[in-house]
Amino acid sequence: MLELENLTFGYGPKTVGSGISLTLPPGETLCLLGPNGGGKTTLFKTMLGLLPPLAGRVLLDGTDLAGLPRRDIAQTIAYVPQAHAAFFPFRVREVVVMGRASRLSAFSSPGPADHAAAERALTMLGIGHLSERVYTEISGGERQLALIARALAGEPRLLVMDEPTASLDFGNQARVLGQVRRLSAHGIAVVLSTHDPGHAFLCADRVALLHGGRLAGLGAPAETVTPETLQLLYGVEVAVVPLPGEGRAVCAPVLA
Amino acid sequence: MSEVVAAIPARRRLAGWSLAALPVLALLLLVLVSLGTGRYPVPLADVFSLLLAKAFGLASSVDPTAQTVVLQVRLPRVLGALVVGAGLAAAGATYQGLFRNPLVSPDILGVSAGASLGAVLGIVLTLPAAWIQGLAFAGGLGAVAVVYGVGIAVRRRGASDPVLTLVLAGVAVGALLGAGIALLKVLADPYNQLPAITFWLLGSLASVNRGDLGAILPAMGIGLIPLVLLRWRVNLMSLGDEEARALGVETRVIRPMLVAAATLVTAAAVSVTGVIGWVGLIVPHVARLLVGPDFRRLLPASLLLGAGYLTAVDLLARTVATIEVPLGILTALVGAPFFLWLLATAKRGWA
Repeated sequence: MLELENLTFGYGPKTVGSGISLTLPPGETLCLLGPNGGGKTTLFKTMLGLLPPLAGRVLLDGTDLAGLPRRDIAQTIAYVPQAHAAFFPFRVREVVVMGRASRLSAFSSPGPADHAAAERALTMLGIGHLSERVYTEISGGERQLALIARALAGEPRLLVMDEPTASLDFGNQARVLGQVRRLSAHGIAVVLSTHDPGHAFLCADRVALLHGGRLAGLGAPAETVTPETLQLLYGVEVAVVPLPGEGRAVCAPVLA
Repeated sequence: MSEVVAAIPARRRLAGWSLAALPVLALLLLVLVSLGTGRYPVPLADVFSLLLAKAFGLASSVDPTAQTVVLQVRLPRVLGALVVGAGLAAAGATYQGLFRNPLVSPDILGVSAGASLGAVLGIVLTLPAAWIQGLAFAGGLGAVAVVYGVGIAVRRRGASDPVLTLVLAGVAVGALLGAGIALLKVLADPYNQLPAITFWLLGSLASVNRGDLGAILPAMGIGLIPLVLLRWRVNLMSLGDEEARALGVETRVIRPMLVAAATLVTAAAVSVTGVIGWVGLIVPHVARLLVGPDFRRLLPASLLLGAGYLTAVDLLARTVATIEVPLGILTALVGAPFFLWLLATAKRGWA
């Protein structure tokens, strides 16, 4: 459904990465790994059409993103930014219903159907009880879940999540990753970035390695997440250890 | 059983309506008090019957002097306070949402500085009052247009955050306009023009007449339409440019539309009263504490509170002392301590 065609991306005159080609089928979870400043966020913004590609194209169901109105893009692709402190004390319910913007014309306000969709999204993420709470007063993990609910309220087919586990505690990281896995069970494709390569084993169908602005690898987690590739990506020695009985591995740095 | 369940929302809606009616009634009472109070006091009952008679085109038995005072002298002034206060507060609420900052006032993009330069120029050139107002209006719109143009030009050269670029451009252009105003003050005749300039910069409703109201009402009405139509989108704009766009909002269309609308309202308001600070900053703040940040409720609340606040302050301005106190002094004198109290006690931080 989403296709990157020999993409060069960056801010204004500054090129961050180039030569990116990949195809994302419906319902797939793709995990993007790369070091700090490696261009993960910039690539995401280009995938979402928020930044124009410097060269190449982003195709959504075969149509160039550059020619689509924001509303059409947002109906298919939803963005989950890193949990942030909002500026105004909206209620969680009000924040989540904002995800319906792409389903409404410019002059209309959300109606009962939109509130019902927001309600469904909150229930799906198990945070229905937060509905009346003030967004600025809930915890970081709850905010991240609320932002995922906001994205889901728009009934997208693809979620782009920028480090959804960043600055979350251990339990909340697991909760968010569990939700990511449930999304693909609902047929929703997910592209997410993370700083913990172990997360790739937890939720991803495929892993993309971004190094020096280029794709250094693309494939199943077991093939792409290896001590060698992680050494290349992060410049430190990493042990990738199979977890007995789980069919997956965990990653841990090896200190000299 | 189902009837009982259905009756609850209806009753709640009724309670909601009466809750909304209360501030409107309070504002009407304030208007009546305002019309009756002054050097020539008129009893509230007389004010009420005068207004009723006027509204239905009937003859009134009230003393003719009282009629003149209430209908000719005070009514345009009170209406001016209502309209200007409501407009400044609505523009402030819009700007605060757009710039995601509760400390933003309608002056942030230079509308007041531009209007001031226009008016000061008119005063120095000894133009008639209507010209001064016209220049102020044009100056306010022109300043914001320049700021917006600079913002777009800077962004083309690579700056990423359109909101931040706009604010910085506003600061820079505001400084230039301030220099222009200062220069004109130096050049102005110190006996006639300088006091006129000073009073204009402090704001006053004393000279507002029916003609002024007729001149600014269309601009205010036109400015308010997009704010009403886009009321829910303003919530989305407060998430910032990138997030709003990701949610499907064409911010490049909606932001200039909202800025133009809020600027039109502000420029029209200050063109007849001079600069009136603090209303556009404080009133939306208080409104947000009362009804929450949802612009669909914030806009009507700001309009009502703004109208009431300026009417009350203007009532003070013409009654506390034997001379008329300029509005800008009182809005700050009343507003600033209240604002500080709010900062000290607000539970939700920058609520």
